[in-house]
Amino acid sequence: MPENLPEPVPTFDLEYAPAPESTSIVSIADSYGLFIGGRWVEPRDGGSFTTVNPATEEPLAEIATAGAADVDAAVAAARSASDGWAGWSGRERSKVLYRVARLLQERAREFAVLETLDGGKPIKESRDVDLPLAAAHFFYYAGWADKLGYAFAGRRPRPLGVAGQVIPWNFPLLMASWKLAPALATGNTVVLKPAETTPLTALLLADLLAEAGVPDGVVNIITGAGETGAALVGHPDLDKVAFTGSTEVGKAIQRELASRGTRLTLELGGKAANIVFEDAAIDQAVEGVIGGIYFNQGHVCCAGSRLLLQESIADAFLTKLRRRLDTLRVGDPLDKNTDVGAINSKAQLDRITELVASGVDEGAEMYQPACTLPERGWFHAPTLFTGVSQSHRIAREEIFGPVLSVLTFRTAEEAVTKANNTPYGLSAGIWTEKGSRILWMADRMKAGVVWANTFNQFDPTSPFGGFKESGFGREGGRHGLEPYVVLEDLVSG
Amino acid sequence: MALVEVPGTIPLGDGRLGGAAVVSVAAVDEVGLVARAAALGTRSIKTSSKLAALDLAVRCMDLTTLEGVDTPGKVRAMCSKAVRPDPTMPDVPSVAAVCVYPELVATAAASVAGTGVKVASVAGSFPAGLGPLDVRLDEIRAAVAAGADEIDIVLNRSAFLSGSYRQTYDEVVAAKEACGRAHLKVILETGELGSYDQVRRASMLAMVAGADFIKTSTGKIGTNATPPTALCMAEAIRDYADQTGTAVGLKLAGGIRTAKQSWQYLVLVQETLGAEWMTPDRFRLGASSLLNDVLMQIAKLRSGAYQRPSDFTQD
Repeated sequence: MPENLPEPVPTFDLEYAPAPESTSIVSIADSYGLFIGGRWVEPRDGGSFTTVNPATEEPLAEIATAGAADVDAAVAAARSASDGWAGWSGRERSKVLYRVARLLQERAREFAVLETLDGGKPIKESRDVDLPLAAAHFFYYAGWADKLGYAFAGRRPRPLGVAGQVIPWNFPLLMASWKLAPALATGNTVVLKPAETTPLTALLLADLLAEAGVPDGVVNIITGAGETGAALVGHPDLDKVAFTGSTEVGKAIQRELASRGTRLTLELGGKAANIVFEDAAIDQAVEGVIGGIYFNQGHVCCAGSRLLLQESIADAFLTKLRRRLDTLRVGDPLDKNTDVGAINSKAQLDRITELVASGVDEGAEMYQPACTLPERGWFHAPTLFTGVSQSHRIAREEIFGPVLSVLTFRTAEEAVTKANNTPYGLSAGIWTEKGSRILWMADRMKAGVVWANTFNQFDPTSPFGGFKESGFGREGGRHGLEPYVVLEDLVSG
Repeated sequence: MALVEVPGTIPLGDGRLGGAAVVSVAAVDEVGLVARAAALGTRSIKTSSKLAALDLAVRCMDLTTLEGVDTPGKVRAMCSKAVRPDPTMPDVPSVAAVCVYPELVATAAASVAGTGVKVASVAGSFPAGLGPLDVRLDEIRAAVAAGADEIDIVLNRSAFLSGSYRQTYDEVVAAKEACGRAHLKVILETGELGSYDQVRRASMLAMVAGADFIKTSTGKIGTNATPPTALCMAEAIRDYADQTGTAVGLKLAGGIRTAKQSWQYLVLVQETLGAEWMTPDRFRLGASSLLNDVLMQIAKLRSGAYQRPSDFTQD
């Protein structure tokens, strides 16, 4: 600076005053039953559990536990609605699904606030990601409902019948939409089980579906924990099971269904690599890496939980990455300026804590920004591990939390080897300004989705799914119709 | 980053830049840049934060008039507003500077003398910057002699876009020398550069050549300061500070008319460059009509009700 000006001193820090989203738009009942055959019913054995707000640990509502008899009733309701719904014209089904999409847009704020209350994710993500994408999926598959005859050349798609769908707690409403929209568009009926820590938006969706004109019994929503899920996926009268969740449970389901003709798709865990080459747009790569792992507290199956850095830029990149980490705002998920919200459950926080401890024990170097975590609720500071090697648990196991493991590579071949050296294969990110290298790398990635110079971008038109232990089957796009149809040849030999 | 030729390095030929080592220029991904700028724009600034931000926006403002019809009377009126923006709210601070054409520097300097408000002058054949070099440098010297504390010149885009980086650089070096004790702001005219990669390259070039501030726009073309451009330049400033240890300021100008824009830019600067840049020594907003909207918002926050636009002085 010129001599005539005093040396600037840090005189000012624009602190953000609390900007909490109002919760007055949602009304949560004291207790919820099961949504079967278009009616709210009490569970046969009267069991229930409590869903809590992970940011405050305060109870939100009592939720019915569906037992085997309730699962039977739900599947029976779906079965009895099946022929009727399959007999609707595509155009009529399409109309109803468009209505669902529009109602989701109209009630977006209500759903977003409820999602954040029940799941702990920042309101800006519920508002700007979950809700717009959930509506987009219904819009997209509403468009297919009356055009199914053109989806598979030379073959006529027929609905399968009854689908059992079990969804996870990280994107509760969005995963419900991913599962329901293609199933309904193709004329199937559904029994859906949301996760036990985040049932509220699915239960609110039940009302919305009825309002939109989805006939009774076409969508049945039952709640409960693992036992309820096991009873559902093991039910003999299902034509199709779709599961999103952990690889461990996915394997158990596949074993269970191995002896039956029930169709199955699995969307399981991941340990994705974000690969940054030295010629990348560095500042945007830093943003992509941050979004890739700290978005939704890292509760993302396709999260970029491993960062592979070309060694020549590792130090400079890490300096930028740490500095960016320092600006993340951790805290009240309802605050519009919160970047990292609450960990979904105590059990998940314990798992993250245990894996982080293993990283320290195994000799990786940990960095956490100096952020103050709220006293109540389940929170975990954004965490960065450097000096990680492929043999460390934090490089191999899915942490499903805001924890990034950084490894380095020297050549593109080495990056490919390291990126694919995992039992999973859901996603990968490639950061380079060189187009030919993007294509070369993408060809070699054993991953269902490969993002180039971006990460965590979702669109209903694009198929999503895994390789290896990340599962099989695709959701989204025309591909997403296929798991829900039987294809009949129009031309016989 | 390494002191080697990497893709994006400004090729100046001799491998050294004014005694400094070669700096590297990182690539810019437009999609990611625009997304990040948009995300920063969604920060919710309320109550006490908003008041603090607006107060800072006034302190960082270069109140500007750059019209062919500017007269001593007009400039004196603007200077009076610059010193005391609102007679009914005497605690609202003075702006950072007034910005005028060289002809009016003496008038402005006399009007703000002793108030702490600086006088900035455009110079160097503003806004095209294509007069003969010696004329441009003489204009700078004349403005400084007339009392300008700060000089805003345009980068020679003709040289820059034709790949004559050495010439572009040498001209900024010469302008800096002509400034003497005055502060040099280099206007990149980002709306004419064609890509964010070029914005970043021009930013690095201007800083290496000795700019005290880099500035987005003249306000004389259709595309002025935008959030992605501001972010792109802020990231270049951060890189330059990392690589050389020198802190350069950022001035955003053109099209900034609302209080909301001003706090969105303050958020962008704070989250990119840090609190050290939240000072008029390192951050400026160049504007002609922004001040009254900021005053209206301050009055609203204090009284709880909006007042009429006519309640604020129109200078």
